[in-house]
Amino acid sequence: MSEVQHPLEDYTRRGMIPHIWCNGCGDGIILGEFLRALDELKYDINKVVVVSGIGCIGRISGYTGTDSFHTTHGRALAFAVGVKAVRPDLKPVVISGDGDLFAIGGNHFIHAARRNIDVMVICSNNFNYGMTGGQSGPTTPIDAYTTTTRYGNIEHPFNLAHLAAASGAIYVARWTAIHVKRIRESIKKAINKKGFSFIEVITPCPEEYGRRNKIPDPIQGMKWLREVSVVRSFIDPIEAVVQPDKIVVGEFVDKEKTEFTELLSASTQTVQSKLEKEGKLTNATI
Amino acid sequence: MRRDVLTGKYFALGDVACAEGALAAGCRFFAGYPITPATEIAEHMSRRLPEVGGVYLQMEDELASMAAVIGASYAGVKSMTATSGPGFSLMQENIGLAAMTETPCVVVDVMRAGPSTGQPTKTSQQDVMQAKWGSHGDYEVIALSPSSVQEMFDHTIEAFNLSEMYRCPVFVMTDEIVGHLMERLAVPNPEEIHLVDRKRPTTPPSKYLPFQAGEDLVPAMATFGEGYRFYATGLTHDETGHPQTDSPEEQAKLVQRLCDKIRKNTGKITKVERVFLDDADVCIIAYGSVARSALSAVVEGRERGMKIGLLRLITLWPFPDEVVEQVAAHVDKILVPEMNYGQLVREVERNADRKKVVSLPRLGDALHTPEEILAHALS
Repeated sequence: MSEVQHPLEDYTRRGMIPHIWCNGCGDGIILGEFLRALDELKYDINKVVVVSGIGCIGRISGYTGTDSFHTTHGRALAFAVGVKAVRPDLKPVVISGDGDLFAIGGNHFIHAARRNIDVMVICSNNFNYGMTGGQSGPTTPIDAYTTTTRYGNIEHPFNLAHLAAASGAIYVARWTAIHVKRIRESIKKAINKKGFSFIEVITPCPEEYGRRNKIPDPIQGMKWLREVSVVRSFIDPIEAVVQPDKIVVGEFVDKEKTEFTELLSASTQTVQSKLEKEGKLTNATI
Repeated sequence: MRRDVLTGKYFALGDVACAEGALAAGCRFFAGYPITPATEIAEHMSRRLPEVGGVYLQMEDELASMAAVIGASYAGVKSMTATSGPGFSLMQENIGLAAMTETPCVVVDVMRAGPSTGQPTKTSQQDVMQAKWGSHGDYEVIALSPSSVQEMFDHTIEAFNLSEMYRCPVFVMTDEIVGHLMERLAVPNPEEIHLVDRKRPTTPPSKYLPFQAGEDLVPAMATFGEGYRFYATGLTHDETGHPQTDSPEEQAKLVQRLCDKIRKNTGKITKVERVFLDDADVCIIAYGSVARSALSAVVEGRERGMKIGLLRLITLWPFPDEVVEQVAAHVDKILVPEMNYGQLVREVERNADRKKVVSLPRLGDALHTPEEILAHALS
């Protein structure tokens, strides 16, 4: 019997697969499409740094065969900013959950987007905190039942695409776990953007969210996503709703804006050439 | 002349000397958030780093600052941040991550009066225990305590060297008095400055185990983007870096190594200054700005014929247990003046007959006077 190698094996970390994710979870789809995107682009994986936070999807940095770092809860983006700032030749990719990126890490998200630093962010939005047992989070839909909203969620969820666009992202797309090829195409586009890009993948947690909200099995969950998804590319993301009866998906932003580390490098060069011209060692007083 | 080492003699601010020490040590990344009384370090770095081709980033908070420092260090650049108590509290989360992922980095805490917002412009030494115990779990760090503007420069270089050597966060635990002090600073020639760089892997990427350590207990550190394609996590991990969330053996093995790489080198790491201790009956143990008052008290006491000496702690963590134990055995009394309500005195008590040890706490905005220290040494 000859051993057959998985076509993506070279892009994974040896000894780390199988992954921890449940049947019906879109995290595996995100991993697969991310690796297929790298493969199709023949992207130099030595230049990719995958950074993740805490939660189920946080384990993804262990599965990708890249330089990887699994940070503390919410801090993946801040870590990635440090990497990019000193190594502009590298492409940090932050893959994390809705709670990690938008609750505990929300401040880092808006500021990284504001700076337009060259980082690609993929958010696995599962509508709850899955790893800790299905508590409500910043994207839990109104009226949804979770282990901490036993009487129905009364809090308004974030519209992540709108938040990303308003914060300054130059590429914003939203898909669901059934839009497999569209996820891949968005990743291929976003990873080559020079600036802050954001891809949201809606994939309700089947184990914790689904069974408490009338989507008890994964197949039914996928069918539900297909039924309620509507593609409306380049509409104002404020109109791109995520509701039980309608999920607006598509690409919402795709524009150009000078990237942070390019500005940083230009500023540094100006400072240095001015010093040289003036024959000075420093502008500072000690 | 090099832009990163501005050799010469200056009348400099402590915080500025710290920043210049960092540049001389090879620091090329600073991420921080403004806070009194540490802001001058950030301001000076923001001006100086671009001059030497480095990067200054003003982050959205101290949580992000510490995370960015770890990221930049893994990307191969000597990195630091500087803060004061409230910011130091926020950094503790990722200081734990730095300890767990063995990240070389330097954190300067210019201590002010706490708890909470406290008195932002007033001095204290209230964070010295937080430096050791601030983040959750068992780990070891190194902390230095400069007493002068010159030491702000020298200790910052030393902090970088120790962090590169032992792959752990190293703290410069200074205080508002030293940070805002202006006095003589001599910046040496670059060739006179001893620098240490992290141990690099000698194995090819296919054989590299990112958390495998030899006898020195410190693993070789690869850099992002070199083809090693390694993985680091805040989860308990084995030598490959892979998570080990269930194994009691791996948990014990990792935590013991993280602690032992420092503990077993305590003698090599720790530094103290001994003044008139050979025949002393009374020993003052002090650190930071308080040691300046203590030195005056000892000189005054000797002039009056007292057998009094000073043990100045340059390294606070790991605590120099053996040195304190030896000194304690030969004196009748140990006085520990600190600008807090009695913190490091507990470490002294661990190493001495408790009846000999007297705490001299001081809260408020002023340093202990030499007279006050001498009076308590006599009583």
